[in-house]
Amino acid sequence: MLRALLLILSVVAIAHAELCKPDAQNAFKVRISIKTALGDNAYAWDANEEYLFKAMVAFAMRRYSSKSTTQISNVLLCNVTDRVSFWFVVTDSSKNVTTVPGSEVEAAIRMNRHRINNAFLLSDKTLQFLKITSTLSPPVEPSTPVWLIVFGVVLCLIVAGIVFLIVSGIQKHRKKNKESTERENLEEKVEVTLENGIPCEALDLKAGHINGVFAADDDRFTSL
Amino acid sequence: LSATPETPKEDGRPKWDNKFQYILSCIGFAVGLGNVWRFPYLCQIHGGGAFLIPYFIALLFEGIPLLHLELALGQCLRKGSIGAWNTISPYLGGVGVGSWMVSVLVSLYYNTVLTWVMWYFINSFQEPLPWSVCPLNENRTGFNEECYESTAVNYFWYRKTLNITPDIAESGTFQWWLILCLAACWAIVYLCTIRGIETTGKAIYVTAIFPYLVLTIFLIQGLALPGATEGLIYLFTPNLNTLKNPRVWLDAATQIFFSLSLAFGGLIAFASYNPTKNDCEKDAVTVAIVNSMTSLYASIPVFSVLGFKATTAYWDCLDRNIINVINEFDLPEESIMRQNYTSWISFLNSSYPEKIAGLKLKSCDLQEFLDQSVSGTGLAFIVFTQAIILMPGSQAWAILFFIMLFSLGLSSMFGNIEGVFTPLLELQIIPKSAPKELLSGIICLISFLIALCFTLGSGSYWIDIFDRYAGSVPLLVIAFFEVIGVVYIYKIKRFSEDVEWMTGRKLNLFWQITWRFISPLLLLIVFMAFVTLQMQKPPSYTAWNPKYESFPMKEEKVYPPWVQAICVLLAALPCVCVPLVALFHLVKQKRRSKEPSLVPPEVSSCQGANS
Repeated sequence: MLRALLLILSVVAIAHAELCKPDAQNAFKVRISIKTALGDNAYAWDANEEYLFKAMVAFAMRRYSSKSTTQISNVLLCNVTDRVSFWFVVTDSSKNVTTVPGSEVEAAIRMNRHRINNAFLLSDKTLQFLKITSTLSPPVEPSTPVWLIVFGVVLCLIVAGIVFLIVSGIQKHRKKNKESTERENLEEKVEVTLENGIPCEALDLKAGHINGVFAADDDRFTSL
Repeated sequence: LSATPETPKEDGRPKWDNKFQYILSCIGFAVGLGNVWRFPYLCQIHGGGAFLIPYFIALLFEGIPLLHLELALGQCLRKGSIGAWNTISPYLGGVGVGSWMVSVLVSLYYNTVLTWVMWYFINSFQEPLPWSVCPLNENRTGFNEECYESTAVNYFWYRKTLNITPDIAESGTFQWWLILCLAACWAIVYLCTIRGIETTGKAIYVTAIFPYLVLTIFLIQGLALPGATEGLIYLFTPNLNTLKNPRVWLDAATQIFFSLSLAFGGLIAFASYNPTKNDCEKDAVTVAIVNSMTSLYASIPVFSVLGFKATTAYWDCLDRNIINVINEFDLPEESIMRQNYTSWISFLNSSYPEKIAGLKLKSCDLQEFLDQSVSGTGLAFIVFTQAIILMPGSQAWAILFFIMLFSLGLSSMFGNIEGVFTPLLELQIIPKSAPKELLSGIICLISFLIALCFTLGSGSYWIDIFDRYAGSVPLLVIAFFEVIGVVYIYKIKRFSEDVEWMTGRKLNLFWQITWRFISPLLLLIVFMAFVTLQMQKPPSYTAWNPKYESFPMKEEKVYPPWVQAICVLLAALPCVCVPLVALFHLVKQKRRSKEPSLVPPEVSSCQGANS
């Protein structure tokens, strides 16, 4: 009894070793860079993390094919290195000792990539599934390009400045014109009251009418 | 003769609010984009600190004398370039017309460079910066191919900004975003030059001083960046052997000449708004020294940033190699660091040479990255923008950098536009009753319409042509005729008396010697050497062609014959004005059947014109 059990276990183990090895059919290589992603908060990669990984892959397979037949034991890991990198393969429990086709696994992983990354606090770059390309997220683009808004602001300021300067220039021009016409009017008025170059106001004074030379000599002349 | 030299001449000519405004305008005109993106490049390729020797010799014997000449001329005759040269002698009127023409041509393309700066400025308000990421291709499986093969920065410059065509003969379409920015730039120029020096005098306080602030900020930030010291050591390590190469001396002479913006007519225009009793000698020395010091000051942050960029590129190269090695040999993370990279590689190479060879590791050499020297638009829009992405707070640095470039260019534009505006104002193209605002508006509008050509797909190739041909050879010719005209036609004796009257002291022997012999000789030599070098190989350009085999290298192409004809036309047109106008006057004099004489009897001088 015990010997039969041991035989079965060894057969299974050998079968598993056959299924999961580097470059096996339907096997994928995974490369994890924890220190690059987390720096000082890096955790160590141990058997527990491997268990979580198997669980996540099984979860992905279940979600993808929506049949709850994939178990954690279906996911086989092998060749774990210090890098941390390893190969994994998903077996099919319904069919004996075969692996799930690589395309199905790839589609499942791709569908749930985000969840798998988050479980390990990693990203597409630091949790790499070689041979599985990730769809790149499009950059966020606002409806109006930002540069157009900035341009509008700058242009408004410039136009406001130009209008202000032109208007102030026109006002100054008008004021200068008004001043020059006022000055002309003033000169005209002054001209009217100029007599021989002498302003009439000055002529109104006595000094203009009476000749001081003769006035002073009044007592020299005999009165008439 | 009036004996009151202090009363300002009431000839209705606008004047500067104060001396500082005038000096600042001259400095702003001289200090431009070239101080930031040409001088550091020349320093780098011509032996670092050793380049300063030919540079300062050229400054002493060519830059300062010519500057003094122009400022004295404008101040004495109180007219723009065309009027001033007509006053000296109608036969020399062509010199004024030539410099006016060069100012027009340079204004056209210079403002388009500012358009590019503005485009980058308004794009700096986004997160992430648009030149830091490649856009995706149509089916979103990868990045845009052109962007992926070159870099995101190159892609943004050549595709998203210029939308460049692979050949100068293919004009492409108008780029509407560039047209918008061009309109905004000309509107800004109109805003600042609307009433001549009345408005530029106020604007210059900002545009001339602001770049120094930003340069200081960049200096402080730049010196704190890793790798800055490598860049600075690389820049300033003198290599005296380069002085044996005549090319170095030629580059120093041309750099000083174009850096001081001589022969544009703008300096004459600025000086013409001065009171005649002003020390032009001190002004000239001040402006020239400030310009050169600015070049040196600007090269420090530029090279700190370039050193930082080279160091980062070197580290990236190392890191990429390290990752490849770690992945190949499945070694634990962080087992190979940058410091022990070489020892690890040699160990692995000895044990597994085929595997190492199979990886095709790139050789990372810091010196090689530092050697990648770039000048001009490539420095600002490709290299510097790349470096800015790597700095923390990239948006702020980008905004500051592009505002600084814009101010530098704008203050030079003021001088260019003044060189166009003042002669037109004096020639009374528009009736005297019409406001000045109309003339500046017409100038800006016409320039905008012509400059629309530069917003085509092939626009940047045309700007290179204008820069190489319109903004180089004609200036040398005009400056040569300027010196000869003043010294031998106006006669140095009369000119030195004028300068004595203006400055209040006797003209130094240094100016006599340089004006009479050294400067014209130097100009002649520089002109010959320059033309010879240009003629040595057929004029060619490098085109950005995504379909080229060695893309992302630029493809070297020769100009088609019709383009070469335009190059010759651009270079020859301003020069040919000088003999043409002289000929025209000769014919006119002959027709009046008078004795043609070189110096008409009633040539006015400073004191005569203002008594």
